[in-house]
Amino acid sequence: MEQIAFTVISAFTLACALCVVLSKNAVNGAMCLLLCLAGIAGLFVQLHAYLLAFLLVLVYAGAVVALFLFIIMLLDMQGGQPWRLRGFQAVAGVIAAGLLISGLDMIALRGRTAGGAPAAGEVGSSLKLYAYQLFTTYLLPVEVMGFLLLIAMLGVIVLSRRVSNEEDAQ
Amino acid sequence: MTPSLDSYVMLSSALFAIGFLGVLVRRNTLVIYMCLELMLVAATLALVAFSRFNGTEEGDVFVFFILTVAAAEVAVGLGIIVALFRARQTVQVDQLDSLKN
Repeated sequence: MEQIAFTVISAFTLACALCVVLSKNAVNGAMCLLLCLAGIAGLFVQLHAYLLAFLLVLVYAGAVVALFLFIIMLLDMQGGQPWRLRGFQAVAGVIAAGLLISGLDMIALRGRTAGGAPAAGEVGSSLKLYAYQLFTTYLLPVEVMGFLLLIAMLGVIVLSRRVSNEEDAQ
Repeated sequence: MTPSLDSYVMLSSALFAIGFLGVLVRRNTLVIYMCLELMLVAATLALVAFSRFNGTEEGDVFVFFILTVAAAEVAVGLGIIVALFRARQTVQVDQLDSLKN
């Protein structure tokens, strides 16, 4: 049963990922990215990482893809010529991606482990352990992440302000 | 029967390769950026699978941090792309060739 669900979800995710790469329209690509992220959230649920699945949907599907769509609409790129595969670049890209996937799989399967997944605990207890770790062992990284978000916010404000000042000068 | 670790690793490497292919063949900066996000999420999937099959929680905590950094990174990257568009009126990498002699 779990194997069937895994096969279906992974095929869906791969198809959506290919759709992101091959879609002519950037908005369609963003929508396919959204579906792909939903599939990955389903895989996280299969791996018993419920909180991460929730966060992935919230952060990626909720914020990141919405931001992408917003920027695509803002820049209004629908007027450009449609994208097409150019011979040499396409062949080089496919060969490079094939080499990458075969190399990664060779490395991954060399250290093959026969054991299955250990039994998962209750959802609530796992969350409690998670939060405990976040506020004891990983307290410093959490603080650093807070500063990082603040710095990123300030950086984006500065980036967008400087350009508008230049435009005013012109 | 539950899926094995190998199948998760193969799936995540396939997703990573698809994202890599997109970065190589597409010419629109925004689509390239979406493919970069796809690669990041593929690596995240591998990390979660390894963490689950290893029986520890550390990988999940790391993925939590990766998601935070990715959110900040997307905000900054899209800010840069908008600034680029305002300066050059294009986001096609073929036309961003001012370093070409």
